[in-house]
Amino acid sequence: MTQITHIAVKEFKDYFISPIAYIVISLFLIVTGWFFFSAFFVFGRADMRDFFGLLPMIFSFVIPAVTMRLFSEEKNVGSYETLLTMPVSFSDIALGKFAAATLFTVAMLIPTLSYPLFISMIGDLDFGPVVGGYIGTLLLAGAYCSIGLFASSLTRNQIIAFIIGTAICFTLTILDKLLFFMPEKIIAVIEYISANFHFTNISKGVIDSRDLIYFLSVIFISILSTSIVMHEKN
Amino acid sequence: MIEVKGLTKYYNDFCAVDHIDLSIPKGEILGLLGPNGAGKTTTLRMLTGYFKPSEGSITVDDLSMPGDTLKIKSRMGYLPESAPLYHNMLVFDYLDYVAKIKGMTSGEDRIKRLKELSELCGLKNIMDRPIATLSKGLKQRVGIAHAMMTDPEILILDEPTSGLDPNQIVEIRDIIRAIGKEKTIIFSTHILSEAEATCDRIVIINKGKIVADDKTASLKQNLQSDAFVKLSVKHAAPESVETLLKDSLDNVDIKPIETQEPDTASFEVRSLENQDIRETIYLKIKDTDWILTELAQESQALERIFQELTREDNPI
Repeated sequence: MTQITHIAVKEFKDYFISPIAYIVISLFLIVTGWFFFSAFFVFGRADMRDFFGLLPMIFSFVIPAVTMRLFSEEKNVGSYETLLTMPVSFSDIALGKFAAATLFTVAMLIPTLSYPLFISMIGDLDFGPVVGGYIGTLLLAGAYCSIGLFASSLTRNQIIAFIIGTAICFTLTILDKLLFFMPEKIIAVIEYISANFHFTNISKGVIDSRDLIYFLSVIFISILSTSIVMHEKN
Repeated sequence: MIEVKGLTKYYNDFCAVDHIDLSIPKGEILGLLGPNGAGKTTTLRMLTGYFKPSEGSITVDDLSMPGDTLKIKSRMGYLPESAPLYHNMLVFDYLDYVAKIKGMTSGEDRIKRLKELSELCGLKNIMDRPIATLSKGLKQRVGIAHAMMTDPEILILDEPTSGLDPNQIVEIRDIIRAIGKEKTIIFSTHILSEAEATCDRIVIINKGKIVADDKTASLKQNLQSDAFVKLSVKHAAPESVETLLKDSLDNVDIKPIETQEPDTASFEVRSLENQDIRETIYLKIKDTDWILTELAQESQALERIFQELTREDNPI
């Protein structure tokens, strides 16, 4: 456990040492801010549904950009060898890096807490869906971070890691929008696989165990796959 | 005590390391010698648990891989080739992080150890510099400090002196010899004189196989017949020196060698009976009015073994 913390802290600090953190956070805030508030005053509704609706799509591009360096950079520089020959288990490394990326996403989301504060000042905001929305966002961020981590463990090239991560996250996001084209028999299955579907459920403010289990299993499977890849690649 | 049996590594079809057996007692400095691409790095990577062997077993005392890999890793310090480190960290932060990962939880212990290491590896003035700005030799020293962090029983160093300038090479060698007094050290190199100068035992590998494995001293001794005396004499005609040598010594092979110095004749004299002939030569030349400028016993034993064992066309 302590080693997971040490790795997580180190990786988290790394984001802020290099300019990546500031670029990604600014980009994220500009994009969400613009898309959310440009339509906000047109509809004149005091809720954050549109904001949370944007997140799966934006996350499927932003999070792989955050996670792509986790393993790829180390493999490229060679420090992966230094890391793996220290007395740490593969799963501790994977969990530490996962925690760092998720923590970074949380740091990225903190400025957006000003949105509900601001909205509650100008209108009557129902905080239930907002809290649900942030819980859902956390789970979604965790799931996408674990997928991005897995993508990063596959290759020493950060761009390839980014593309693989985006491809998986994007697919999980749009899957439930494609149901129209699917044969009727498998609709339920496809819908269950889609991350967007579960995220929408939670962000309505309804916390259902099925949705929780979905996100936790995505995280579990991705981290497990990551440590399997680490084992097999040597 | 490290026991390696039948260690083999395949990269797809290519066999990088082919059934290596090694037994390394505690406190030995072992030099792994071989040309580039012989399988040195692969062997070391398997010893450190970074690579999984295709076949074979590695045991350290009563621990064996893969079951106790973590425990074995905590007994080892490893310096990979060209010391790959985190470039954006400061030297101090990096070493502190390594100490934490290696299980030094108390802050006081870490500071104390970091002070010791900065002293030993000469890092005092660079603790606050980003690793990316360090020269290769300094990075190498940070890498050695990393490897020695928990004062491990076994140190594995992969080409610790490659790419360093002669002063740095001497410094790193001194560090190795200083630690080697109580630790087991395995290090790889392709520089022969380095192995000769620092190791108790030399293992030469070529194309993934061990081709020689012996104490440094006995490896040299076995080929003592290869020794010759190098002799330079001033103010003498080469023919008369040769005649004198032939008259005073039995069973020698005399070969003139070229020299840059004016008015000097140089020879390689090889005793076919494996005797030290320096004394006789000196006494003879003392009686003349020549000036003896050089008289030295030389041996190219290791170079020769190395070249013969690792020649491209050598059938093994």
